Amino acid sequence: MSPQNGHGMTLAEKVLARTSGAERVVPGEIVEGAVDLAMMHEQGAQTVAPFHQMGATEVWDPDRVVIAIDHWVPASTEGAAVLHRILRKFAAETHLPHFYDVGQHGICHQILAENGWVVPGDLAVGTDSHTNMLGAMGAVAAGIGPTEMAAVLALGRLWLKVPSTIQIRVRGTLGRGVTAKDLVLRILGEIKTTGATYKAIEYTGPTIAALSMPERFTICNMTTEMGAKCGMVAPDAKTYAYLDGISKHAMHPLQPDADAVYDRVIDVDVDGMPPMVACPYSPDNVRALPDVVREHVKVDQVFLGSCTNARIEDLREGAALMKGQKVASGVRFIVSPASTKIYEQCLKEGIIETFTEAGAVFTNSSCSACFGGNMGILAPDEVCASSSNRNFPGRMGAKEARIYLLSPAATVAAAIRGELADPRDFM
Amino acid sequence: MEDIIEGRVWTLGRDVDTDQIISGKYLTIIDPNELKKHVFEIALPEFAAQARTGDILIADENFGSGSSREHAPQAMRAIGVAAVVADSFARIFFRNAINLGLPAIEVRGVRAIFETGDVARIEMRRGTVTNLRTGASVPFPPLPPHLMRLLEAGGLVEKVRQELEARKASPGASP
Ligand code: SF4
Repeated sequence: MSPQNGHGMTLAEKVLARTSGAERVVPGEIVEGAVDLAMMHEQGAQTVAPFHQMGATEVWDPDRVVIAIDHWVPASTEGAAVLHRILRKFAAETHLPHFYDVGQHGICHQILAENGWVVPGDLAVGTDSHTNMLGAMGAVAAGIGPTEMAAVLALGRLWLKVPSTIQIRVRGTLGRGVTAKDLVLRILGEIKTTGATYKAIEYTGPTIAALSMPERFTICNMTTEMGAKCGMVAPDAKTYAYLDGISKHAMHPLQPDADAVYDRVIDVDVDGMPPMVACPYSPDNVRALPDVVREHVKVDQVFLGSCTNARIEDLREGAALMKGQKVASGVRFIVSPASTKIYEQCLKEGIIETFTEAGAVFTNSSCSACFGGNMGILAPDEVCASSSNRNFPGRMGAKEARIYLLSPAATVAAAIRGELADPRDFM
Repeated sequence: MEDIIEGRVWTLGRDVDTDQIISGKYLTIIDPNELKKHVFEIALPEFAAQARTGDILIADENFGSGSSREHAPQAMRAIGVAAVVADSFARIFFRNAINLGLPAIEVRGVRAIFETGDVARIEMRRGTVTNLRTGASVPFPPLPPHLMRLLEAGGLVEKVRQELEARKASPGASP
């Protein structure tokens, strides 16, 4: 379904036209886009060998490359220590100044967001699949592999197939105890993990307009679970206010055309929507949380963390529920802020104390328990309630372990009760 | 890349994500020859020990979903997989495979005509996959020229290397 001549372009098409220097682009076309920002985390270590094999010696623009280590910080295995060392050496040799090393660290996507590295109209790529989160800035932000990143570092551009766009229009008001996470889970339940493969998603409508930037990050973050190339929110006053004083390069505040042609339009009404949960073993296995609560799902571990939901707003909300309560006996509750800045803010606001007094472990900022390779690893048959974004078999450790994906408030409710619980019961 | 790829088939189900191809605990391994020992440990535990060079993987929908880990196609290539054919692929896996020079071919309905142990014949330019045991065959739209050229060059590394060399040979020429 490519647009006819004279029809408008979607936001993703506008950005790809701009970055490839074309008047207009149509879905299906392969274009070469000039990259505005390239981000690498530990997987970037695998970029170094192909970069050299390509015969490259210089990075196209060191001011547009960010390295943010996050999966194993500080290094928790010898293998991770080697990855970090490869990256430090590469950054020194190729004169890459923007390295968020241990001490300034945070989850790579949060580092990009809170430091204004991605701005409206950008084409941003990262060696992590959740780079999609930065689409909340009105950018095309996509994950790529390390070999492809080597080509980007060498040439400053990459090939992209112009995706068609699914527009998701959201209306209605999120009720008490119902969050942006519940909304994106609900959308995932409809679109499914393959529903947007190779496509762009444009989130729009009054509910999206009413969301804060951190909430939009959460929504765009889980676009990845829908298989999409990118998920975007057109920039508005909130985007500009968020980036005020922090944006690292000039923006191109593009908007979709009113007569843009969409692959399809999905309407979502959130009025009366309950909190949601994604049950094992897929992020699209979504049910209303109250229905699952009735089945008394006991938990062994609870994780409040990850790039999806570990911003200061999430931790504040969690701490407000946690205050004066205790973590249920037999439950391990791990809380990990998304960046060192957020960690410091938690320290100032007494949030760390609230969690540790309740019996939680408040860790240094990293991906933490999210991916089963660092800490908080699950044993076979254990159950985890998590604010992260994936619950595939083996995601957080043993392949038999069962992971339930929830809002930050709902993870705290589970930690208090020792089984899945409705956060509204604690408000 | 050969125009015709023939090999012994291993079948896989739908939604085989990258965690099931190379699990999170092996992500600090860089050497593909180490990685290959753990390939498909979760999705197909007997594969790593029994795989032979030239084997072909045939999967259902959404193969390679999940993270951007290039370890997955890298380990598959290292163990000698000649091609991966699936009803559909997740986006990053598809890109990573092609960029590494591992043919990833999307063929609607392919999983249904194969069982593990069959022999598959893939004709890249004609766009057909045939089960040589049963004779069943399904067509597919051949890869776009841009991606065929990438595979023919042997992957992205080789393609960029040629481009950088050409640039050095004639400085100032725009890409
Ligand atoms: S927090 Fe989890 S999903 Fe996010 S980048 Fe880290 S491992 Fe990936």
